Amino acid sequence: MKIFVNNVLAVAIIIAGIVSGGRASAQTDLDAIMMNKKQFCQGVTYDYSSWDHYWEGTFKRDNENLGTVSTQALMYMPNYGITNNLNVMASVPYVWTKASEGTLHGLEGFQDVSVFVKWRPLVKSFGKNQFSLFAIGGFSTPLSDYVIEFIPMSIGLGSTNVIARGMIDYRRGNFTATGSAAYIGRSNVKLDKDAYYDTELHLTDEVDMPNQTLYQLRTGYRGKYLIAEALLTKVTTLGGYDITKNNGQLYPNLRMNSTTVGASVKYTLKSFTNISVTAGGNYTIAGRNVGQSTMFNAGAFYVFYVGKKAKS
Amino acid sequence: MKKNIFTYLLTLVVALWVITACNKSIEGRTDNISFLSPSNIDLNAGSWKLILLSRPDSFLVAPPAATNAPGYIGELNEIKGLQQNLTPDQIDNIKYWTAGAVLRWNETMRQLVAKYNLAPYQNEDGTYPFPSSANPFNYPQFPFANPPYAARAYAYVAAAQYDALVACWYFKKLYNRAAPYKTDSTINAHSGHIAKTDLPSYPSEDAVLAGVTAELMKLFFPTEIGFVEQKAADEKASSLASGKNTRSDWTAGEALGRQIATVFAARGRTDKAGAAIGTPAIWAQMEQDCVTKGEIPWISQESPKRPPQLPLFGKVKTFLFDSATLVNEVRPGAPPATSSQQFKDETAEVRYYTEHVTRDRMKMIDFWADGVATPTPPGHWNDIAAEDFLTQNFSEVRWARNMALLNMAMMDAAIACWDAKYVYFNPRPSQVDPDIKTLTGLPNFPSYISGHSTFSAAAATILGHLLPSRATAYNSMAQEAEMSRLYGGIHYRSDIEVGYTVGQKVGGYAVKRATIDGAE
Repeated sequence: MKIFVNNVLAVAIIIAGIVSGGRASAQTDLDAIMMNKKQFCQGVTYDYSSWDHYWEGTFKRDNENLGTVSTQALMYMPNYGITNNLNVMASVPYVWTKASEGTLHGLEGFQDVSVFVKWRPLVKSFGKNQFSLFAIGGFSTPLSDYVIEFIPMSIGLGSTNVIARGMIDYRRGNFTATGSAAYIGRSNVKLDKDAYYDTELHLTDEVDMPNQTLYQLRTGYRGKYLIAEALLTKVTTLGGYDITKNNGQLYPNLRMNSTTVGASVKYTLKSFTNISVTAGGNYTIAGRNVGQSTMFNAGAFYVFYVGKKAKS
Repeated sequence: MKKNIFTYLLTLVVALWVITACNKSIEGRTDNISFLSPSNIDLNAGSWKLILLSRPDSFLVAPPAATNAPGYIGELNEIKGLQQNLTPDQIDNIKYWTAGAVLRWNETMRQLVAKYNLAPYQNEDGTYPFPSSANPFNYPQFPFANPPYAARAYAYVAAAQYDALVACWYFKKLYNRAAPYKTDSTINAHSGHIAKTDLPSYPSEDAVLAGVTAELMKLFFPTEIGFVEQKAADEKASSLASGKNTRSDWTAGEALGRQIATVFAARGRTDKAGAAIGTPAIWAQMEQDCVTKGEIPWISQESPKRPPQLPLFGKVKTFLFDSATLVNEVRPGAPPATSSQQFKDETAEVRYYTEHVTRDRMKMIDFWADGVATPTPPGHWNDIAAEDFLTQNFSEVRWARNMALLNMAMMDAAIACWDAKYVYFNPRPSQVDPDIKTLTGLPNFPSYISGHSTFSAAAATILGHLLPSRATAYNSMAQEAEMSRLYGGIHYRSDIEVGYTVGQKVGGYAVKRATIDGAE
C-alpha cells in the first residue's frame, strides 16, 4: 500500500496507485511536449497522495489501524533540449509517508532517481491534422537504501527499472490527444529479511519483481500559454501475488494494478514566459493490491536557453 | 545525430533485455544442496531416551522378508523399473528429499506456519471471529498459526519425529536388512543421488518421517492434509526410485510413523492448548487483577479492539519441566511498576529509538520481525539451526533429536513467556506513550516479557550446547533479535532482559535433557 513515486516511472509501482500521469504537463516522459534545442527547464513539484481504502487482492476494505495513509513528495525535475526532437529529463524525489491512525511509524528519504530520453522521430501534417510519433526510454534506480518491506509505510519498492515507451500525439488546432504504451522492466530486489512467504516460503532475501505495463490516454487543450488535459492511466503488473486476507506483511512483488483518472494543467506566464506553473490531480477508480489514492500536485518551472537560442 | 539515436535505442533495448529477460529466477539457500551423507549412522540410536513413548518397540514392526526371498527380489525389480528413464522432475524430486527428510519436513512446517499466521479479519459489528478446528475450512481459516501455536506445532512434530526415528532405528538394528543399493549392484549403479551407508533400510526412516508428520498434520493443519499427503507421496517416490528403500521398507516405516503420531496427537488434544483462547470473562478478570495491583493494564491497540492472543497458553502442558517448576522456578518476578521512575525511563528509551531511526537498526528490526505471515521467531530459529545442521553431516535421527530439543525448548519458552505476559498484563510502550510509533507490527498481547527474547535465548542456549563452536554466534544473534524489539518500539528494556533470562533457563532444561538422552 505504498504510494508515491517518482514522477514518471516508478510511479507506476506504487500500491497507492498514484501515477505519474496525474502529474502536471511539464514536459514529462508521458506527454507530447518537447523542449527546444538548448532549452533548459528546471522545476520543483510537490505531490500529496492519500487513501483510506485499499484492495487486498480484489477485496476492497478500509483499515482503522492505518486510517488515512498519505505520501508526500518533493521533487526536483531538470529537462534539457539536446535538439528540438530529442530531450533528456530527470527527477529526484524526496518522499515522506504517514498513517493517521494506528501505531505504525512513517518513513522518509530520497526515493528513485529517474532519467528519460524522449525522441520525436516523426511529425506529419495532413491539412489541419498533425501527428507526432515519440519513442521514450528511461531508467530509474533507488537513491538510498530505503526499507522496502514495511509496506505501506515504505517510500518505494526498491527496484531498478528500465522503461520503453511508444507514444503518438494528434493535434488539430488547440485540441490534442496523446496515447502511450510503456513496458517497465524491473530488477529483483533484496529484503532485510533472509526468508519470506508470498505464496510459498522463499529461503532467500531476493525477490523476483514482475514487470509492468503502463498505458495512458490524455486529451484536451494545448495552447501557447495554457495546457489542460484529462488523463486516463492504467498500470498492470505482469505477475506478482495477491495480498491474503488481513495480511499486514507485504513484499514488493505484489500484483499492483491500478486505473486512474485525472487532470493536469500547465500555465505559462504571459508577462514572463520563462516561468510556468503546473497543477494536477488523479483519482484511482479501480485497483488491485493498491490503495485507492487521490493525488494532487503543484509545481513551478523555470525555462531558459543555454548559450544562444538555436535557430530553428 | 541519427546514429547516436540508434545507438541509444540499441542500448535501451539491451538494458531492457538484461533487466527483464536475464535470469530473474531466484534460488533458495537449500534448493541445490547435496544429499545427506551422515558422518555417523548412529546405529545405536534405538536406545536413546524417548520423549513420550515408553519403549522403542511400543508399536511392533513385523520381521522383514529375507533379501533372497522371491517377494523381495520382486521389490528390487520394482526399483530397477523405476530407475529406467527417470525424468528430470523425478530426479529433482529425488535430490530434494535425499538432502534430508527431517530438513524438508521442517521447511514444509515453516511454510505452513507462514501461510496460516494471519489474524482473523473483523466481523461487520467490530467483533472478531475465532478459527475453529471443527470447521477448519470456514473463514477464519484454522489455525491462526501465531507464535505460541507455531512453537507448539513445531515441537510436537519434531518430538514425534524423534520418537518415531528412535523406534525406527531400534528395528533397523534388530532386523538389520541391508539397503537395496547394498544388495543389488544394478541398483547401486543407478542411485547416484544418495549416500550409500551401512544403515539397515527396514523400516524406512523416510517413511517413518512421512507417516508421523502427515498424521500429525491432521491435528495441526487440517486443511492441508491433501498437500501434506502429496508431499509424503513424493517422498515415497524419491525413496524407492533412488534405490534407498524397497516397498516393504516403506510400508513398515510409514505404518510405524502413523502409529507413533497417535500418541503425540492424543497428548496434543489434552494439553490445554484448545482452551488457550479463554473467554471474555477470563480476559476481563486478567485486566481487573492488574488494576487491583495498582498497575496500568494492557489494552489492545488494534482497532477494533482485538481479544488478547491465547491468554491461557501459559497453562499448556510443557515438555521439559512440570507446571510447578514453571511457576516456582521459571516464572519471572514482576516488571517495573507502571508508576515507577524506572518504567518512565524505559518508556523514554523506547521513544528515543523510534524517534532516532537508523538504517542499521531498521535492518535488524526487519530481519527479526518474524511477524504475521512469517514462520514466527521459532520458525526463524529452525531456519538458523537447519542451515548449521546441514554442515554437520548428522544422521536423520540426530537431526530429529536436535530439532526436537530445539523445538521443545521453544514451545516451553512460549508457555513461560505467555504465562508471564498474562500474569502481569503489562501495557505496551505505545499504549502508555501514544507518541511512540512502531517500526514493526505491534503484537496484540501484553508486553512483559518479550517473546523474541525468550524464544531466542532458549534457542541460542540449546543450539550453543549442540554446536559449541557456534555458541557465541547464537548468543549474539539472540541479543540482536531482542534489541530489535526495543528499536522497533514495541518492548521495554526490562521485557528483553528478563525475557532473555527466562529463555536461558528454559534452554537449560533442554541442555539437561541433551546430556542424558544417550546421544552424546
